[in-house]
Amino acid sequence: MNWHKLLERHSMLLVVGILAMVSVGGIVEIAPLFYLESTIEEVDGVRPYSPLELAGRDIYIREGCYTCHSQMIRPLRDEVERYGHYSLAAESMYDHPFQWGSRRIGPDLARVGGKYSDEWHRDHMRDPQSVVPESIMPAYPFLERRELNAGDIAANLTALRMTGVPYTDEMIAAAAEDLVAQADPFGGGAVQDRYPGAVVRDFDGDPTRVTELDAMIAYLQVLGTMVDFGTYVPEDNTR
Amino acid sequence: MSDASSSGRTPSHSNILMRAILVYALLGAGLVVALYVASNAADFAMRVHGGIFALAALAALIAVTRRYGSAFQQPALAGTGDDRGYNFAIVKVGTVLSVFWGIVGFLVGVVIAAQLAFPELNLGLPWTTFGRLRPLHTSAVIFAFGGTVLITTSFYVVQRTCQTRLFGDILPWFVFWGYQLVILIAATGYLLGATQSREYAEPEWYTDIWLTIVWVGYLVTFLGTIWKRKEPHIYVANWFYLAFIVTIAMLHIVNNLAVPVSLMSSKSYSLFAGVQDALTQWWYAHNAVGFFLTAGFLAIMYYFIPKRAERPVYSYRLSIVHFWSLIFIYIWAGPHHLHYTALPQWAQTLGMTFSVMLWMPSWGGAINGVMTLSGAWDKLRTDPVLRMMVVSVAFYAMSTFEGPVMSVRAVNALSHYTDWTIGHVHSGALGWVGFVSFGALYCLVPWLWGKKQLYSNRLVEVHFWVATIGIVLYITSMWVAGIMQGLMWRAYNELGFLSFSFIETVEAMEPFYLIRLAGGVLYLLGAFIMAYNLWMTARGPSAAPNPMRAIPQAAE
Repeated sequence: MNWHKLLERHSMLLVVGILAMVSVGGIVEIAPLFYLESTIEEVDGVRPYSPLELAGRDIYIREGCYTCHSQMIRPLRDEVERYGHYSLAAESMYDHPFQWGSRRIGPDLARVGGKYSDEWHRDHMRDPQSVVPESIMPAYPFLERRELNAGDIAANLTALRMTGVPYTDEMIAAAAEDLVAQADPFGGGAVQDRYPGAVVRDFDGDPTRVTELDAMIAYLQVLGTMVDFGTYVPEDNTR
Repeated sequence: MSDASSSGRTPSHSNILMRAILVYALLGAGLVVALYVASNAADFAMRVHGGIFALAALAALIAVTRRYGSAFQQPALAGTGDDRGYNFAIVKVGTVLSVFWGIVGFLVGVVIAAQLAFPELNLGLPWTTFGRLRPLHTSAVIFAFGGTVLITTSFYVVQRTCQTRLFGDILPWFVFWGYQLVILIAATGYLLGATQSREYAEPEWYTDIWLTIVWVGYLVTFLGTIWKRKEPHIYVANWFYLAFIVTIAMLHIVNNLAVPVSLMSSKSYSLFAGVQDALTQWWYAHNAVGFFLTAGFLAIMYYFIPKRAERPVYSYRLSIVHFWSLIFIYIWAGPHHLHYTALPQWAQTLGMTFSVMLWMPSWGGAINGVMTLSGAWDKLRTDPVLRMMVVSVAFYAMSTFEGPVMSVRAVNALSHYTDWTIGHVHSGALGWVGFVSFGALYCLVPWLWGKKQLYSNRLVEVHFWVATIGIVLYITSMWVAGIMQGLMWRAYNELGFLSFSFIETVEAMEPFYLIRLAGGVLYLLGAFIMAYNLWMTARGPSAAPNPMRAIPQAAE
């Protein structure tokens, strides 16, 4: 081990040696994910989040929902039966950051969209034990009390566009009005033109204002619904 | 390796003045920016953080003024020379804060464990819910407690093993308090909802930038001290500290690449999305374990166990082999957190393969640590501090065996998403990281405060047993809970339907959450016993003049 004496006597050689050793794994494992086309399958339907859904997603992150809920259904029999079709890489391709999670203190939410009514979500957020008595989820009664303050939501879309999410100039220009319109039952078609399949309605039961609960429910209701699995055929040899 | 600086350099007055002007300019600029942000921030968290940064800059201005004031009267004080002996003042402050952060981190852990058993404890308030407190707990124990222990012990060990004073005058203090500021900003951010939702990398973009600056200062302080060492060889503990500092810098920067919504907003979006983002994050998170919680604490093992046992490290050759193989292999292990997900399977397989291989270098380190006691086994009976450190290595061996098992895809199909993972993490965190840190703290306090021995060895015994019983309760309850949960999720009845609804599996967890809570309370109690013992030690009667304070003359 005489050669090692060289490293023990020269700190910069040691530092360079360490850097070389710890770089290899990351380069081999992570870098190919950015150029191998098989990493993310081609699927119809996945679109960027609408401004209201995005605001809801930001609240989901703010409250640390990921500490208890995963959003990644594994292709195992029981998970597919319990939660629905296994999650595709494409379904989180616009998720900055990803929300796959690591724990299921509560159930997976990757396909919670459309499973429960808005009313159920309202009751559940206000007092989870009122709809699921054994639940250990914290109550979030403040969401329906707080007016949604999404700041300058167009700035959020712009930042996301810089990371690669295909928001158009039109989407960014209309972001503030889309945010309000999606929570208005008569908000109409412009939102759905820009964000196909977006649900437009009053989510929190209070049509007079847009609350944080509106955004949260709008986000929960879109989760896992963008891809139509009635027509989806998995390619061979993916994964 | 003696160089000019080791003989001591006394700067001239103009030299001090130049330095003072530079530091004042930087702090002044920082203060202006912080005040501007505090008054123009787009959200409440950013406003609070602007204010905290401004207060920190003010405090630094006062401290620096006092420092330069005395430096003008006694220029030698501002030098980097070694005529002032070791810089142990910083190690003392770090020792106190390590104990403090340990107790805070364990306490928050007990609170969130209680919230899972009694959900009403979430109080229905935004800043007291589990979702916001859980990152507070993980960051408090990993970065506040663990990080402060690492910086503190590294500043001690690098001085002793290089037989020279810590490099820099203000720099090490900047590193130390700058890091404490990171902790404060991160912790308040979580409570206010400023989070990137990246596990163990939750602090927002500006905190990440600040940590990067502090970390560069840390590397310079550490390397600068090594450069003026009086020993030709760099001691093995310092290789591990270096690997920890360098690799954490790389992981931190790559994993935190993000685009802020605006410079006045605490909100940012990660540069990567979905599958690439997931692997980047778990590459980071697993190596936060590998390099923060393993390499750094192995450095502690390599200094404090031989020192306490008064025996040389068991095998020099083994330390070389396991050092290089450990750091090379660890980096590959991240994908085992993403088995059966949308991550391509080739990456999952690579991650699993290297995770299984990782077993060997991990045990190489454990064997090297435990076998260092060769010829001194009797001390395990008489020295409870040494026993604590040796048991920590045993826990290290246990959890680094469990880890490779859980990284196997078939096992992971069951264990992933369950509390088994939480149990695994805590056998490493409470058993290995906690105990080796406690051992180091029990060593450091008598050394630094110039005492012959600890206030009470009996209390160390009590701490050891209370904490060990706590760990056993914790990890066994989480094993049972996790495996039960995994089996219930996949159980089918005779008609081919799932046997249990999700909420039935939640209900089944309650007794185990209670046992885990009891384990956590015991561990916290042990930390209080340690704090009392260390406090009484520092206050107790001094031994004869401490020979460890003066820097010995170079051997050559």
